[in-house]
Amino acid sequence: MTTRYTKDHEYIRVEGDTGVVGITDYAQSQLGDVVFVELPEVGRSVVKGAEAAVVESVKAASEVYAPVSGEVTAVNSELEGAPGTVNEEPAGRGWFFKMRLKDAAELEALMSEEQYQDYVKSIS
Amino acid sequence: MASPAGAGETLLKTPLHGEHVAAGARMVPFAGYDMPVQYPSGILAEHVWTREHAGLFDVSHMGQAALIGPDHAMIARALEALVPADILDLKPGRQRYTQLLDEDGGILDDLMVARPANPLQDGELLLVVNASMKDADYAHMSARLPAGAELRRFDDRALLALQGPQAESVLARQAPDLASLAFMQGSQTMIGGIPAHVSRSGYTGEDGFEISVPGERAAELWRLLMSDEQVRPIGLGARDSLRLEAGLCLYGHDIDIRTSPVEAGLTWSIQKRRREEGGFPGAERIRREIKDGPARVRVGLKPESRAPAREGTTVTAPDGREVGKVTSGGFGPTVNGPVAMGYVAREFARAGTELRLVVRGKPLPAKVVEMPFAPHRYKR
Repeated sequence: MTTRYTKDHEYIRVEGDTGVVGITDYAQSQLGDVVFVELPEVGRSVVKGAEAAVVESVKAASEVYAPVSGEVTAVNSELEGAPGTVNEEPAGRGWFFKMRLKDAAELEALMSEEQYQDYVKSIS
Repeated sequence: MASPAGAGETLLKTPLHGEHVAAGARMVPFAGYDMPVQYPSGILAEHVWTREHAGLFDVSHMGQAALIGPDHAMIARALEALVPADILDLKPGRQRYTQLLDEDGGILDDLMVARPANPLQDGELLLVVNASMKDADYAHMSARLPAGAELRRFDDRALLALQGPQAESVLARQAPDLASLAFMQGSQTMIGGIPAHVSRSGYTGEDGFEISVPGERAAELWRLLMSDEQVRPIGLGARDSLRLEAGLCLYGHDIDIRTSPVEAGLTWSIQKRRREEGGFPGAERIRREIKDGPARVRVGLKPESRAPAREGTTVTAPDGREVGKVTSGGFGPTVNGPVAMGYVAREFARAGTELRLVVRGKPLPAKVVEMPFAPHRYKR
């Protein structure tokens, strides 16, 4: 199991050809209280770098981009009733959707945990 | 995730800037000032705290000034030439909400006007205007004052707001006389040895006070009030969600030069004598709109789903025809759901009317509702 990160603060935790996508702890702390999450439909094709979901804080709406291309296989319906889970456990119960990867090689362009932590330090 | 835009310009600081930074506030540019948008507890917790206890706001960025003339009648008439409220009838110690209007009745800014209680201050009117508009407002007023009247800026004063059901008991511990003030009444008093002009008013829909003090004493007052366990600091984020639930207009969003007070649902702030006599900018249009009804009206909009509809969202009829725009919208923590306000064509303005809000291309059902979304709890 390996986790990769985007510069837009999404993570994808990969097991085999499936990935779990969410936003990072840094992202949730920057957003503040999450009050609404719009998730993609199961079965939808998502494209690396294109909008796949929307996360809304009290102040504003932000797009969540697909870290890699593939097909959505499941969504976290718990977030509909409890969007604050994204703040509480962004890397755990606050995940957004699961996807089947189209091309695992796309992961190589993303950051490792260590690279991402360095990146966050460089922008904050 | 899309990242927020940064800011590089030089920002002004209020006298309480150091208090915000020390409290761990997230600072953002607002109307040229570096202001706290939230403290570590976050906007939701700050919003709820204000509705249940007492929230302390730094609103020192707002413009404080006085119009000064030889007596009340003269200075009141001078201001009445610029606003539609009855200022002549304003009693000592009372405050009124009104709008500076342009020649077409469009709103240049909205403001509070207070007449000091002290007879020695006869001929003074205290003004509080929006931060982003203060230079424009002062220039507008100064250019139109008659001989013998002047506008004096109080740029060195700070303004604090203490809002919420516990505000009265908190403030009464420092200045017992303030408990007897009524909504929109003001008084000059001492709070912990600091000379203050206090009015019972605010921008949250809750009971509360707005406290004007010399800038150099502001931090001392801030700390004194913060020492009460009922008090927590509240940032601009919760200030916005609180006023939205209270149905109150934000200048530059819900009202501006393109909207009249009648369209904005502010006809209540135009007293009877002024409606009858006119004599303010745009009087012809405003009196016509009062009589015949304006073409469009500001209304409350309650989305039926959980998705917030933000400023700029298109409002349509169920058949898809565009009938208006959202001017403020977001999540209402007390309502525990999305709330919005905006302008719709008058035939769609009746409470209960079913409309659609087009969010990310999808027409989401919403209803026109009476405002406020959270009941006002002013002490009348």
